[in-house]
Amino acid sequence: MMSVFNVPVDIEVFEEPFSQSDLNARYAKLNLVHGSVGAVVTFLGQVRASGDKTDVTGLVLEHYPGMTERVLRQHVETASSRWPLLGVVLVHRVGAMALGENIVGVIVASAHRQAAFDAVQYLMDFLKHDAPFWKQEVTEKGTDWVEQKQTDVDKIGKW
Amino acid sequence: MSTKAVTDTVVPASNSNSIKVLFFARLREKMGFSEVNFALSQAVTVADLQVLLGEQYPHFFDLPQPILVAVNQEFAGPEQLIAIGDEVAFFPPVTGG
Repeated sequence: MMSVFNVPVDIEVFEEPFSQSDLNARYAKLNLVHGSVGAVVTFLGQVRASGDKTDVTGLVLEHYPGMTERVLRQHVETASSRWPLLGVVLVHRVGAMALGENIVGVIVASAHRQAAFDAVQYLMDFLKHDAPFWKQEVTEKGTDWVEQKQTDVDKIGKW
Repeated sequence: MSTKAVTDTVVPASNSNSIKVLFFARLREKMGFSEVNFALSQAVTVADLQVLLGEQYPHFFDLPQPILVAVNQEFAGPEQLIAIGDEVAFFPPVTGG
């Protein structure tokens, strides 16, 4: 948890698998004031079998330690200045992971649902645009780097 | 925090008047190493550094475009100045999430 934010946040990049309940436990530790929160939006990104390649059996994620956390913090800070947020959890895995495992988890709490939905979308759009993570898809034939999608770049324009 | 870099060979330091240059993802693979200490006699711009790197490592000019650059972990443009001791990273467009 970091004191530079005006709301409680928990941001972490790690290699170990995490479940929805791990994410919920992190949210519980934010100790948000009972009665102030009216909406909690959770997003989970998972490894799927078909991306740039079909028959994907897993992913390997590389990142830039230090810069990754800095970029995530900057975006959470911006989101909390744009919307009246009450708490944010943002976790991202790196390293090797299997199909169906969670890659990224976001929880945003706010008094009202629109702010919580918007902040989650904003965080994911910017994370996919400029947080230094690179995915490799693993298939029977080997590994291939995933290309950045123009649709992900275009989403930045709407903010 | 339990982060661990996914890296290849690190080229050892050769000079104390140097900057640290990092390569990630497919740029790291094409260069054949993840990190090098690169000697500089004076401050240069990002664009200057790219020319100097290409002179020493011809592979550098063949790296797939576009290439993103960060100086001390902040995104940087071609005119950004680099000083001795800085950390400069080159990487492809990101694909996390």
